[in-house]
Amino acid sequence: MKERRKERIDRGIKARSDDIFALNSYREMLYVAVPPALPVIGLLILPLILPTYWQKVLISTCVFALLAMSWDFLVSVGMVSLGQALFFGIGGYLAGILDRYVGCPIWVTIPVATLVGGVICTIVLLPVLRLRGVYFAMVTLVIPLMMERIIEATGFLGGTEGLSGLKPFPNSWIEVYVIAIATLVALYSFRRLVTEDYGLVLQGIRDNDRAVMSGGINIYWMKAQALFISGCVGAFCGAYITHVYAFVGMPAFAMDFSILPIASAIVGGVGTFAGSLVGAFILVPLSEALRGIGGLRTVIYALCLVVFIVALPEGIFHYIQRKYQQFERWVDVDQ
Amino acid sequence: MIEVTLIYGFVNSIILALIALGFSLTFGISGISNFAFGAFFVLAGYTVWILMHQLSLPFLPSIVLALIFTSVLGALLYRLVLLRIRGQVISEVIATFGVGLAILELFRYLGFTGFEYTLPVFTDGSIMIGETYIDHQRLWIVGIGIVLAVVLYFFTHHTKLGLAFRGIAQDERTALSLGINSDRIAGISVAFGSGLAALAAVVILPRGTISVNEGYDVLINAMAVCIVGGLGSTPGVVLASFLIGYAQMITDTISGPHWKMIVSLVAILLILVVKPSGLFGKQKELEERI
Repeated sequence: MKERRKERIDRGIKARSDDIFALNSYREMLYVAVPPALPVIGLLILPLILPTYWQKVLISTCVFALLAMSWDFLVSVGMVSLGQALFFGIGGYLAGILDRYVGCPIWVTIPVATLVGGVICTIVLLPVLRLRGVYFAMVTLVIPLMMERIIEATGFLGGTEGLSGLKPFPNSWIEVYVIAIATLVALYSFRRLVTEDYGLVLQGIRDNDRAVMSGGINIYWMKAQALFISGCVGAFCGAYITHVYAFVGMPAFAMDFSILPIASAIVGGVGTFAGSLVGAFILVPLSEALRGIGGLRTVIYALCLVVFIVALPEGIFHYIQRKYQQFERWVDVDQ
Repeated sequence: MIEVTLIYGFVNSIILALIALGFSLTFGISGISNFAFGAFFVLAGYTVWILMHQLSLPFLPSIVLALIFTSVLGALLYRLVLLRIRGQVISEVIATFGVGLAILELFRYLGFTGFEYTLPVFTDGSIMIGETYIDHQRLWIVGIGIVLAVVLYFFTHHTKLGLAFRGIAQDERTALSLGINSDRIAGISVAFGSGLAALAAVVILPRGTISVNEGYDVLINAMAVCIVGGLGSTPGVVLASFLIGYAQMITDTISGPHWKMIVSLVAILLILVVKPSGLFGKQKELEERI
């Protein structure tokens, strides 16, 4: 009986550019050079050509892309968080406090909130570092909800009103380019980091933590470092948005900031970081276009999440990457 | 004052137990994530409300229909979503959480908030215990909670189906080799858990209004109780609900209702630091948490 199966083979150009790196035409050089250059060109040019309103959309797209990347990074260490809002909220509130109560200028608040926010996130999650999988997810889901409650209950840091009237960015060009460049830096650093030795150890912890332990590596220290890196990125987003809106309040811990990054990363493709960017650039403008439906947005994200997890678990970026690097053909299989 | 705290703490503990038993049946005992649990709880409440007010059915048939509807939905959730990603725990969590979020936020979008969304009590009236008034609904809660805990204990220890539930959590391949169809059992377990969520909803919700945020609270409380009690243990769930229930009540009387939910988080964190497998938990002690 004859059956057919699909065979995937690397394109010749992929093999030449990957292993032996013998490129012999402009076409091949472009094949290698264009994809990594696309996000750079896109993010640097988009602010120049977009109208003001869509610049704001670009800002929130980049913020969600960053959050998605920090989620993706945690996942590549085996820690699945359902509460990226924690990082975001802590960064936001730190920037707000520094601005309101200490009176720091904006170029102090954002870096300080980023680093201190990373430290605080690490300390908050330190007790649950021993947990894996579902348990870590549960705890991270609970903590931002609790933060919201605590702020509501105690009324400190402005309580339900939040802190408003904070310093905005000096002008909109600085505003949009800060986040665009931060996104690019994060994208390429993360992509580089996970292929370095350091990143390989982190991925080892995800795949088999006991093997890494028996290799004489303190996995909790490594996990804490990963948490710090991810927390810094999340806190940066929070601090940045605080200054964009000149306001920080309880919405900083809202479910939106947890679910949208996860949705972006999963729609785009987990483990690639570029996928997070692709996902955010699909979902956030989409939601902006559907602004009229208001609260239904979260429903749509959630459904996107479910549909992609079930139907296309590899994500869009992996799919595009495969088409770009491989060709497929049907071959006969002899039984 | 102490008497009030004691009695209402008891009721609060039973409420927690009612909520957690359903979650525990799916997640704790069979090891299948159902993070849409809170959403099913709220969904059942709204279903009863819609059946009674829009279709003007009597109370009892509405409850039965809502129970069936939620269980079927649970089975569908398993068949359409969970079945395809069984074994990838993280995907299970994210997918079920996504479904739950979609349900909850859909209700919020449709405007199901307000004081008119209440369910009727089973029987009206109240009795005195010592010097404390306690209404009939709370007595119903206590009664049903105790019966349910006992039934569930016997179900998971002395019936074939219940033992199969525990079997697939302990070792799915061994369960398969003993002739347990793990996919079918897992589906039934999700359906049962959803049904119990609906049951808890119709018993508990008459105390107040149905609100979307209740869904998140229910999920958090259920998780807290299951983690503290230890996965896979019905006595653990009961003990943990009493610990957390009284702790919540005491916090409530001392420092106000806002702090009530924080007790759950503190309980989760404490138990995970001190004894990660929970008070009574045995299974997966090493595999899941190192």
